[in-house]
Amino acid sequence: MAESPGWVKSTIEGERLIVSAGGDWTVDGVGALDREMRNLAGSGSTRVTLDTSGIASLDTAGAWLLYRARRDLAAIGVTMQFSALDPRHAALVELVEQADAAHAETVRPQPNPLAALVNRIGQTVCEAADELAHLVNFFGLTIVTLGKCILQPRRLRIVSLVNQMEQTGLNALGIVGLLLFLIGVVLAFQGAEQLRRFAAEIFTADGLAVMVLREIGVLIAAILIAGRSGSAFTAEIGMMKVNEEVDALSVIGLDPIEVLVLPRINALLITLPLLTFFANVAALTGGTLMAVATLDVTYTQFVRQLADALTLKNLMVGMIKAPVFAFLIGMVGCYEGLKVGGSAESIGRLTTQSVVESIVLVILADALFSIIFSTLGI
Amino acid sequence: MSEQDTVITVTGLRTQFGTAVIHDDLDLSVRRGEVLGVVGGSGTGKSVLLRTIIGLNKPRAGTIEMLGQDTREMTSLVQRRCGVLFQSGALFSSLTVAENIEVPMREHLRLPHALMEELAALKIAMVGLPPDAGPKYPSELSGGMKKRAGLARALALDPAILFLDKPTAGLDPIGAAAFDNLIRDLQQSLGLTVFMVTHDLDSLAAICDRIAVLVDKRVRLGTMAEHMRDSHPWIQEYFHGPRARVALNGSGT
Repeated sequence: MAESPGWVKSTIEGERLIVSAGGDWTVDGVGALDREMRNLAGSGSTRVTLDTSGIASLDTAGAWLLYRARRDLAAIGVTMQFSALDPRHAALVELVEQADAAHAETVRPQPNPLAALVNRIGQTVCEAADELAHLVNFFGLTIVTLGKCILQPRRLRIVSLVNQMEQTGLNALGIVGLLLFLIGVVLAFQGAEQLRRFAAEIFTADGLAVMVLREIGVLIAAILIAGRSGSAFTAEIGMMKVNEEVDALSVIGLDPIEVLVLPRINALLITLPLLTFFANVAALTGGTLMAVATLDVTYTQFVRQLADALTLKNLMVGMIKAPVFAFLIGMVGCYEGLKVGGSAESIGRLTTQSVVESIVLVILADALFSIIFSTLGI
Repeated sequence: MSEQDTVITVTGLRTQFGTAVIHDDLDLSVRRGEVLGVVGGSGTGKSVLLRTIIGLNKPRAGTIEMLGQDTREMTSLVQRRCGVLFQSGALFSSLTVAENIEVPMREHLRLPHALMEELAALKIAMVGLPPDAGPKYPSELSGGMKKRAGLARALALDPAILFLDKPTAGLDPIGAAAFDNLIRDLQQSLGLTVFMVTHDLDSLAAICDRIAVLVDKRVRLGTMAEHMRDSHPWIQEYFHGPRARVALNGSGT
């Protein structure tokens, strides 16, 4: 392939503008020719001849420039003729002309930006309302199916329940333990720093126990599980939806809620309270080690103080939230998974949405619990 | 056959995944301006061959020359002389159809923005998509439209060689026939060389000049008529099976 950059030259002969073109008119070089070809329309001549004898090679991009020049000149009443156009090149120009003619009739409407904004806001609000309605609907459906299955325990699907418990509970022990241990360390350190001013370092134990048992243990465990298992639920069920496995289940006569959703939610209902207890232990261990290492208290003193604050009431206030959070996470994760449409593209988006929604719901529920407990004086 | 007339030359190709040998000592040459159909049973490595030629798989042995250059030291100049249509279009899902077509232009060329939009619209028209397809996202298109949009992107830089991976798979017979015609028309008017992996006997009969059959880890090249006389059992069954007879009779061969 001999490379020679494309060029155009214009000469005026009386009324006539003669444009000669040459070189390679291919997609690599048309960028430089674009402006010159556009400027032909402003030359003022009424007749234009385009001498193409010098063109060595032409592709659709070059043919587009030739054709566009003729079209734009014709629009302002100037006739343009090609001279010495190679028959193979003429075929390309014709191809481009046909393609453009196929699209010429339609004029693209420009949307009004203000209307588009209002439209978008409205759409978002309606979608959010729809989403809420569907979620409530799904909630009801799950409860009803759960009720049916409890009446017929055979339908509880022990194998997949145990499998899910392993994935959501057992496999999460490491990360939950590590993070809660570190959070315990941080809480003890920060608490001790503040209480030292009042020479009340020993009460770090009370603060640690109350915070971990009532709030931090269950909340962090739930958020970790939302990120770890809620997202997995959405991705797994979403993938099955794309492969039409969910449709296959329905056709065989199995209820997707019973087969896919319930084992996952039930597994979380069992494992999240257990994980919460484990999280509490890890956080208290971390806190105790930190306190003993940095404060002027002995291990025995600190543990005695801690034991006083570790009341059954504090433990239960935290533990009672765990099944609620578990249900929210499981439900949102499965719901978003079932929402996946025909193509795999939506899985990523819905997985993100699932994690965000479940964390928001968990924290909302936690706030609600706080209000209830404070009203009841617990 | 002179050097000038061969655009792809594969010599002694061996591809292997683990211990599974897919191609062994495979030779193949593709002539300028022809439509070559590649067929073979499932798992014989049709798509692997295509991926190896365009450089997505590393061969264990052998050389592949494209447009006179070894693909191992392929310059971007040669790379952009090839357009590839993947099986389901492989459009970038976060971009509109028009933006998809502009991606190779943006990457390889310096074109004024307005011209790039015009050229994208031109490609959209050339593959027979309606004008309102340009601002749409791939998820809003049907399977057939996605393939057309993928073809438009493959044609964005006016390639010399077009690689198609099962272009008519998943299309209805009418859509498949229309797509065959489109490929044929574009191939003739743009002077393309087409390398097409397919299972569609109608496509083979309708638009392929020569057919490469993958058997026994190698290819047998020939026209439809030559393959009909081949005594290899798989080729016999393929070209004389009931489906083949219908397709061949229909096209008047």
